[in-house]
Amino acid sequence: MSSSVLYDAPGPKARVRNVVYTVVGSAAVLGLIVFAIYRLNIKGVLEPEVWDIFNNAGVRANIRDGVLSTLKVFALAGVLSLVLGLLLAVARLSDHKPVSWLATGFIELFRAVPLLITIYALWVLFLSYKDDLGVVGDNTAFWALVIGLTVYNGCVQAEVLRAGINAVPRGQVEAAYALGLRKTQVMTMLLVPQAVRSMLPTMISQLVVTLKDTSLGYIITYAELLYAARTMANNIIVNGENPITAVVIVVGAIYILLCLALSSLATWIERRGRRAKTGIAVAAAAEPAEAPGVLDATEGPLGPVAAAPEAPGEPAAPADEVPGSSAADGPDAPGEPGGPDLGKS
Amino acid sequence: MNVLLDHLPEFREGFIGTVLLTLASGLLAMVLGVVIAGFRVSPVPPLRFFGAAWVTLFRNTPLTLLFLVAWFVVPVIFAPGLNPWTKALLALGFYTSAFVCEAVRSGINTVPLGQAEAARSIGMTFFQTLRLIVLPQATRTVIPPLSSIFIALTKNSAIAGAFSVTELFGVQKLLSDKGFAIAWIFLWVALGYLVITFTISGLFRLLERRMGVAR
Repeated sequence: MSSSVLYDAPGPKARVRNVVYTVVGSAAVLGLIVFAIYRLNIKGVLEPEVWDIFNNAGVRANIRDGVLSTLKVFALAGVLSLVLGLLLAVARLSDHKPVSWLATGFIELFRAVPLLITIYALWVLFLSYKDDLGVVGDNTAFWALVIGLTVYNGCVQAEVLRAGINAVPRGQVEAAYALGLRKTQVMTMLLVPQAVRSMLPTMISQLVVTLKDTSLGYIITYAELLYAARTMANNIIVNGENPITAVVIVVGAIYILLCLALSSLATWIERRGRRAKTGIAVAAAAEPAEAPGVLDATEGPLGPVAAAPEAPGEPAAPADEVPGSSAADGPDAPGEPGGPDLGKS
Repeated sequence: MNVLLDHLPEFREGFIGTVLLTLASGLLAMVLGVVIAGFRVSPVPPLRFFGAAWVTLFRNTPLTLLFLVAWFVVPVIFAPGLNPWTKALLALGFYTSAFVCEAVRSGINTVPLGQAEAARSIGMTFFQTLRLIVLPQATRTVIPPLSSIFIALTKNSAIAGAFSVTELFGVQKLLSDKGFAIAWIFLWVALGYLVITFTISGLFRLLERRMGVAR
């Protein structure tokens, strides 16, 4: 349902009223912006000297290094979490009960514990065994961050993949066994490729979360973008004050651009996937559910449950975008378990 | 074992702090989220734009950055003299409101077309349609995603502990600074969070069952 159903095509009176609302609304939004600028101006944030610091080569190098170390953590943790997610998903679906129980326990524990708690615990652990750890010991904060992110996001990716594997029609597996394929072959040649293909948008959305969570490195004093920017701002004095506000605005813009780029990739893949007629349906580019036991609230495929709330004859097509909304946020509901279209084919 | 028993008051304080912070910022996020979702479907373009900008801004900013803003920018520029708890409340509430807004909006999109059309044809205005017809029906589809949003909020509230608000992560930090074995502290703090998150998912499942109507 597009939003226009909520109100009629305006008649002459309503058109006048809408114009009035538009003017008042614009005035309110503009007023907010003007107020913010006014306050910033009063506090001297808009002085040219404050913004001149970004022309300084040292400041630029600092920000560049911050971005690079954020991306370094993100790349390593992203790849490792995908690998761990695959392993955990396969382990959880294993026919050997102990393996499956272990994987389930691991996933449920680390998914329910705040990532910060895990990262901090790892950091303290690494610090106290610094000398015995070799490479890890030299870079404790980096490895605590990478391993913490890997463990948490690996668990989430495992659940996403498992939902994807469960959405593959049962008949395909039976057909594969009937052809004489072995368990490993069914998993590697049949289930995982289809699950990855259908879940790719959701997995990339989780990678966006991974990217945002690298900022937790600030708390364990790892020199990623946020920490680098903060220490830099503390060391610069312009007009008798630290230019924290200006630095925060620039850093925020960098983060938003990075995240938007990644999530628009997810939305693009989702659109592309919807055009294809083969295979199982492609999931929405939504962040997967955080709740312990929400993704696995039902035995077997997610599809029927997730699809149930949909209005009859009302496919959640990307076409229902509200006019004027940004391109990056598609028809996704954050935390919607698995997306609405799973297992409908 | 002893870490828990010897420091029961700290753990209790931290646990209560986490619960209170989650409840308060959850409430703020709900109110803001529903209002912004209303903006995003409204007939007035500037409000729609404002809603979209709000969601894009807060969904793509790391929460730690928002905490930095709440700590070092908001007090200087806008409102001096906020206490840490309020600042944490604002950061968490604003961040989560973007997610609530998206959940509510997609809930609105699942209400059958005919409902809003019927409401319009008996002469209801936009606000009446939204308030009396669409939002009550959207509630049912919004509850499952809301549950996971609140669980995420509980986990996100740990960041407040790093900014010296009393809650469970603060307890972990305090005790590990005192030199207790991190493994036990981790286990007990994790248990505290597990209790809260399972309570939330249980409550929401109950709510879902109470509100569930065959359609």
